Amino acid sequence: MHRSKDELDSLARSQLAELEGKSLSMKDRGQIPVQEMPTQEPEQRIHNMDEVATGYTESQVKVEALRCLQCKNKPCVQGCPVAIDIPAFIAKAAQGDFAGATETIKQSSLLPAICGRVCPQESQCQKFCTVGKMHKDVDQAVAIGRIERFVADWTRENGCDKLPEIAPPTGKKVAVVGSGPASISAAADLRRAGHEVVMFEALHKAGGVLVYGIPEFRLPKAIVQKELDNLTAMGVHIELDFLVGRTRTLSDLMTKDGFSAVFVGSGAGLPKFMSIPGENYIGVFSANEYLTRSNLMKAYDVGKSHTPLFESHKVAVFGGGNVAMDAARTAIRLGADEVTIVYRRTEAEMPARKEEVAHAKEEGIRFLFLHAPLKIEADDKGRVTGVELIACELGEPDASGRRSPVEIPGTERVEAFDTVIVAIGNASNPLIKQTTPGIETNRRGNFIVDEETCETSIPGVYAGGDIVLGAATVILAMGQGRKAAKAMNRYLATL
Amino acid sequence: MNKILYKEKLSSEVFKIVVEAPLIAQARKPGQFVILQYGGDFGERIPLTIADADPDKGTITLIFQAVGDSTHRLALKEVGDSVDNILGPLGHPTEIKKYGKVVCVGGGIGVAPLHPIAQAMKAAGNEVKIIMGARNKSLLIMEKEMSAIADELIIVTDDGSFGRKGLVTEPLKDLCETWKPDCVVAIGPPIMMKFCALTTKPYGIHTIVSLNTIMIDGTGMCGGCRVSVGGETKFVCVDGPEFDGHLVDWDNMMMRLGTYRPQEQESHHRCHIGLNIPEGEA
Ligand SMILES: Cc1cc2nc3c(=O)[nH]c(=O)nc-3n(C[C@H](O)[C@H](O)[C@H](O)COP(=O)(O)OP(=O)(O)OC[C@H]3O[C@@H](n4cnc5c(N)ncnc54)[C@H](O)[C@@H]3O)c2cc1C
Ligand SMILES: Cc1cc2nc3c(=O)[nH]c(=O)nc-3n(C[C@H](O)[C@H](O)[C@H](O)COP(=O)(O)OP(=O)(O)OC[C@H]3O[C@@H](n4cnc5c(N)ncnc54)[C@H](O)[C@@H]3O)c2cc1C
Ligand code: SF4
Ligand code: FES
Repeated sequence: MHRSKDELDSLARSQLAELEGKSLSMKDRGQIPVQEMPTQEPEQRIHNMDEVATGYTESQVKVEALRCLQCKNKPCVQGCPVAIDIPAFIAKAAQGDFAGATETIKQSSLLPAICGRVCPQESQCQKFCTVGKMHKDVDQAVAIGRIERFVADWTRENGCDKLPEIAPPTGKKVAVVGSGPASISAAADLRRAGHEVVMFEALHKAGGVLVYGIPEFRLPKAIVQKELDNLTAMGVHIELDFLVGRTRTLSDLMTKDGFSAVFVGSGAGLPKFMSIPGENYIGVFSANEYLTRSNLMKAYDVGKSHTPLFESHKVAVFGGGNVAMDAARTAIRLGADEVTIVYRRTEAEMPARKEEVAHAKEEGIRFLFLHAPLKIEADDKGRVTGVELIACELGEPDASGRRSPVEIPGTERVEAFDTVIVAIGNASNPLIKQTTPGIETNRRGNFIVDEETCETSIPGVYAGGDIVLGAATVILAMGQGRKAAKAMNRYLATL
Repeated sequence: MNKILYKEKLSSEVFKIVVEAPLIAQARKPGQFVILQYGGDFGERIPLTIADADPDKGTITLIFQAVGDSTHRLALKEVGDSVDNILGPLGHPTEIKKYGKVVCVGGGIGVAPLHPIAQAMKAAGNEVKIIMGARNKSLLIMEKEMSAIADELIIVTDDGSFGRKGLVTEPLKDLCETWKPDCVVAIGPPIMMKFCALTTKPYGIHTIVSLNTIMIDGTGMCGGCRVSVGGETKFVCVDGPEFDGHLVDWDNMMMRLGTYRPQEQESHHRCHIGLNIPEGEA
């Protein structure tokens, strides 16, 4: 049953009236029900691009914050890749000091409004939460991410976002390649130290995957834009339409253009295909292409956008991560009649955020687990007509510990589709490697960096985010951006 | 930023513009292209080859045919207007070296990107013969520039309104027979490039083609520009745009170019209002 924001709010108000002012025992706290995230109704939201989760109300966030036990050993913090002081910010939120809560988070994470929305909390902080353990159900953990999102939104909307202080000019110039979360974070910390910072982005809009990949209905672009505006206000110069490796090489930047150090946050923007027959037929897209058309090029706004969209009725999406969920849910919003996610393993192994899977189901996305595509079929004009699938079962665990799918011979069959979206992951874009002699990468093309400093094999060149980690997460990219900036500030001080 | 400094109409539907783009002008080499985006948030990204560049003045020259919505909107821009976004130079430059005897074949608008390549081939010490083709006389461009480079210039038109009547593949075959070139560079509509490659294949002559697939980012991020070359999937924007014409899967490439044809026809119709090009001609 879908409950409206008003219903959820009035429920929270009455809960709060009962709880406020009382001294609550651990048991009392543990028994407060988890606050449900208000959302747009599924039937309504599949016809628009607006954000699905509309955010807690003030009463809801206060009730949710009261659920926290303020554990001395802070297990949640150990699950957080950047060690945010979670109980501390939740305590502030419980008291209604939302700006203070945001300030606490910002000591560790620069992008709380974004991470509150896109972090896989159920496998990070919330996985270790004592309240969840008490109930033996991670869904009952304190909703740390939702509280984080609320306080960050509140702080922004109420104009309490203070720009950090900038140290006096050092006279040194630093280049930041890319404008995704790794680069945004690195640029902010480098600028704070007083360096002149220039950010180079290849596309005509900054923000990286946050802008071209993750859809509006999950992460409003205005929130990302605000982070970029803050950088500009701090004095970071953002240069768009600049492809490092082609417009200028990385060595040009350092030897001719006067940059003393470079941070590379060029991401993992190279779509993988499966090498099955028929992958180049009309109607087969990488998720990157599909999402870029819709998000970056605004093709969803048919009539206004000049970038065309493919007309789809029956869509198959290959993959089980966030990228696959985003592609499938975009397809439904763009008017497809039926969208099927084809995944080789079972729901338990799906790497996507749990909330996105739940939302996708509510939106009528069909899940075909334990199936793998063998071949894409097309008519004589090359337009996709169907996919040959084979059933799988789970075999022995592989190196990553996940049980690997084994195809079951004799189960091959063809299902009709007119569109196929391949969302099986991204590898790193080879351009900077190809044009920068001396940069060391691993077998997969990821930059090899020092763990502590994020320095690459070239002195003065640092890297972080997906270009180092492979397709990973926003929070890890942010964390590496900051780690690198810290080391770069030390390095620059020695010059 | 990216101001248009010069504009000229080369034929009924072909335009030449010179645009400010200092960094691209410095870095570009023959064979490379740029991606343009204009008209605010809703503008499309379109690839155009860099036809020429002046690193001292910081300008690049683009020559384009108004075939659809975005190119028509570009044609409406005047000197003094700006192009919001230009990214480049993209792709690998042409492999220019001394082959010996080189035939350059340009069809329609393909003559524009061919010009700097022919020039560089000549400068590298090659003997260069050029074949230019167009549907009719009014669509022929850059004849003067090409004749200044060519050791021999052969012009053909589909309707015989200028030069020989016929297709570029006919003189190409003659040259393969009689002149025995060491390398052929063919740039034009895909169908022309396909048949040029088929023409040279029996003679085993190395044939370079420049593919004009649909693109979005031009940085290797979307895979929309992919083609099959020698059985392998390649991204034209980063692996190309030039490939061995004998290895390209032409039929698949041409099919893929038609992916958005229904939508393009719709917006093509809309965009004619305003430019006064008779529907049949563009
Ligand atoms: C569809 C999708 C959904 C996702 N969902 C989630 C999620 O829910 N939660 C989560 O935590 N993570 C998610 N991720 C992963 C997350 O977005 C990435 O891990 C993160 O964005 C990586 O950040 P980054 O700064 O390393 O690079 P990116 O965000 O990839 O940004 C790199 C930028 O560098 C630019 N660039 C590349 N090469 C050059 C060059 N040579 N010169 C100039 N600029 C260049 C690119 O254009 C791009 O803008 C998702 C990813 C995708 C694709
Ligand atoms: C690397 C590269 C270099 C190019 N260089 C030039 C150039 O120097 N001058 C020039 O005029 N054009 C060039 N093109 C083609 C140019 O990009 C397209 O003509 C343009 O994108 C069409 O946009 P539109 O919105 O005006 O037309 P659309 O409405 O998109 O299409 C109109 C018609 O053109 C066809 N078309 C669409 N895209 C292409 C394409 N990429 N190639 C050929 N036909 C297409 C469509 O099938 C349709 O019939 C190049 C393309 C590539 C990939
Ligand atoms: S583990 Fe859960 S209950 Fe304990 S401090 Fe962290 S959020 Fe609060
Ligand atoms: S245009 Fe996107 S990968 Fe080539």
